[in-house]
Amino acid sequence: MTIDLGPLVPRDRTAHPVAYDVDYKTSVPRSPQWPLLSMESTPSEETGPRFGQSLLGPLDNNLILNWTGGTAAAVGERILVHGRVLDEFGRPVPQTLVEIWQANAGGRYRHVKDTYFAPIDPNFGGCGRTITDENGYYEFLTIRPGAYPWPNRANDWRPMHIHYSVFGHSFGQRLISQMYFQGDPLIDICPIAATIKDRSQLDRLVAPLDMAKSRPLDFLAYKMDIVLRGRRQTMFENKIEGM
Amino acid sequence: MVQSLNNLRETPSQTGGPYVHIGCMPTFAGNAGAYATEIGTTPIADGAKGEIITIRGQVIDGTGWALRDAMVESWQADAAGKFPGQPGADPAVSGFCRFAADGESGEFQLRTVKPGATPARGGGLQAPHIALWVVARGINVGLQTRIYFEDENNSTDPLLARIEQRNRVETLIAKKTGYGGYRFDIRLQGAGETVFLDL
Ligand SMILES: [Fe+3]
Repeated sequence: MTIDLGPLVPRDRTAHPVAYDVDYKTSVPRSPQWPLLSMESTPSEETGPRFGQSLLGPLDNNLILNWTGGTAAAVGERILVHGRVLDEFGRPVPQTLVEIWQANAGGRYRHVKDTYFAPIDPNFGGCGRTITDENGYYEFLTIRPGAYPWPNRANDWRPMHIHYSVFGHSFGQRLISQMYFQGDPLIDICPIAATIKDRSQLDRLVAPLDMAKSRPLDFLAYKMDIVLRGRRQTMFENKIEGM
Repeated sequence: MVQSLNNLRETPSQTGGPYVHIGCMPTFAGNAGAYATEIGTTPIADGAKGEIITIRGQVIDGTGWALRDAMVESWQADAAGKFPGQPGADPAVSGFCRFAADGESGEFQLRTVKPGATPARGGGLQAPHIALWVVARGINVGLQTRIYFEDENNSTDPLLARIEQRNRVETLIAKKTGYGGYRFDIRLQGAGETVFLDL
């Protein structure tokens, strides 16, 4: 009796945002009109790139210090963002790359196309990365990003958020999402957050304040667990040809 | 009432936004030096076995406009059809690449090795292809698609065979533009809309 890894669990599309949403104007011309082509996953989706610890620099998951190489600290409220990467069966996803990017404390990105008049922080680059440990655990030290206005409807603002990207172990698990902060009133009026129609799913992007992980006189902590698609695993995957 | 299944739901996606490159391609975003080593800068190292090809294209929206802020990731097998990490795979093929639409022209470019045919589930082969994942502002869930090649035998590929509207098959097939060159445009919506995948 062997335990085989089978295909990826089909994506539950109701867990995700809708592709087309008139209130998020850019989605209107960028959303496919025709149904997606569904079939069982293949080795192209079940395999995926793997990244090792040797890739990482010592400050890669410390956004307060990484832009200056540790010589000066970014401006803003110091926070720890931590959590676990799991699959749909609750199994930890170890040794997977987690990347984050965010605006600075004033709500400005370090990007040529961001012209918001909050100042650039000379000590803040705005990206970080880490690899989960054997229990799927990760953490970042960063500053709380500012809310910022964006061109959509006449007066739309993004809630404070951190963008993140996770690989898992299969290319078909690839996920980019955003983390919001408990208590931010802008979440409820954000057209991007509102592309997720199931409120209980949106709530899963809202990181709670986690005083148990915060460090006195140093930083507050927020917890963000991330769940990736699972892969069927069964003792009965070996079936007779043609069955 | 019944017992709970105890399964978790997948975390919902959100758009990568206009500044996805800050996190994923810092040098492209103008922030060179953010990391000592960036990932996905090329899918092949010197000495990769097989035919070296360059695929160019654009990501085009429903109005016909080429996106200037799209990022694409690719994942593929080596020339012998082995995925990186599998026994016997070409050590010069990492198989993974990130590339972006140019901020001025919207053109992207992927230089890689042409993959071999790969196994299909339950036997048989998949025609040579490169798996793609497209993210951008306005794309709420990353879009999966594939590049196949017009100069390969695609007639028995199980995924292409599932496309009911046979006129849409060609949206997944890169056109040869010359020696080692291919064209593959991704149309998000409207006439000639690319077949996007759910697998
Ligand atoms: Fe943002």
